[in-house]
Amino acid sequence: MDLKLDHHTEDGLTTVDVEGEIDVYTAPRLRELLIDLVNKGNFHLLVNMEKVDFLDSTGLGVLVGGLKRVRAHDGSLELVCTQERILKIFRITGLTKVFGIYASVEEAREAHGRDK
Amino acid sequence: MATVELTFSALPAHVRTARLVATAIARRTGVQESLLDEVRLAVGEACSRAVEAHRLHCPSEPIRIELSDDSGRFEVVVSDSAPNEESPIEEPSQTLHLGDEASFNLVPDSFMSGFGIAVITGLADDVEVYPGPKGMRIRMSWPAAATAANGLTPA
Repeated sequence: MDLKLDHHTEDGLTTVDVEGEIDVYTAPRLRELLIDLVNKGNFHLLVNMEKVDFLDSTGLGVLVGGLKRVRAHDGSLELVCTQERILKIFRITGLTKVFGIYASVEEAREAHGRDK
Repeated sequence: MATVELTFSALPAHVRTARLVATAIARRTGVQESLLDEVRLAVGEACSRAVEAHRLHCPSEPIRIELSDDSGRFEVVVSDSAPNEESPIEEPSQTLHLGDEASFNLVPDSFMSGFGIAVITGLADDVEVYPGPKGMRIRMSWPAAATAANGLTPA
């Protein structure tokens, strides 16, 4: 499956919906989108990975790059992910301590609202 | 021993094909369903690393994968032809932990080979990395059902 990307902004939080496989072939498209969003002033990002079938270290690199970019603007990049197969690679790399990972978009939005 | 060999040009698009082939043969060989995601990810990491290395050093050379069942294990060997200029970070004994800020800030946006290999070692219980001047060979294996030892058991 290819990668499908969509995004929308609500109350200062931009949700990026990702569907499909994030790998060495498709990750550049996600990287371009995150860079474009930051360049347009969207510094609080929520990447919804509930429909991601596959994520490798190239995809992790893109998320890390996005997090560094938003942090440079005092922003945030958090994730929605409940799939064990995806969470496993975050655990292996220790990135569960770096990213805020939520069980749903609603939960992440509530947390973002509290932190504002 | 039944062996499937696959060679592909160093294009990112082919990594997905390699993952699919490896997963299909792992299933056919009798690897437990619960391990197939690990096989898919580990083979993908090894192939991505090889593709990146070839694109840098020898884009016209193909990458080779051998998949076999041997003594109750499903074994995958990914071999590249890129000159090895890597640092000792390639050693599979390296532990990976990016949870602290200092380590995190050192990570490049684009993870390269050392990171991929560290992920592989976190996924496969048996990994060997053979770096060489004319390329790297990554061998990894997982337990497979003994009844599928000839690799011909229907899926």
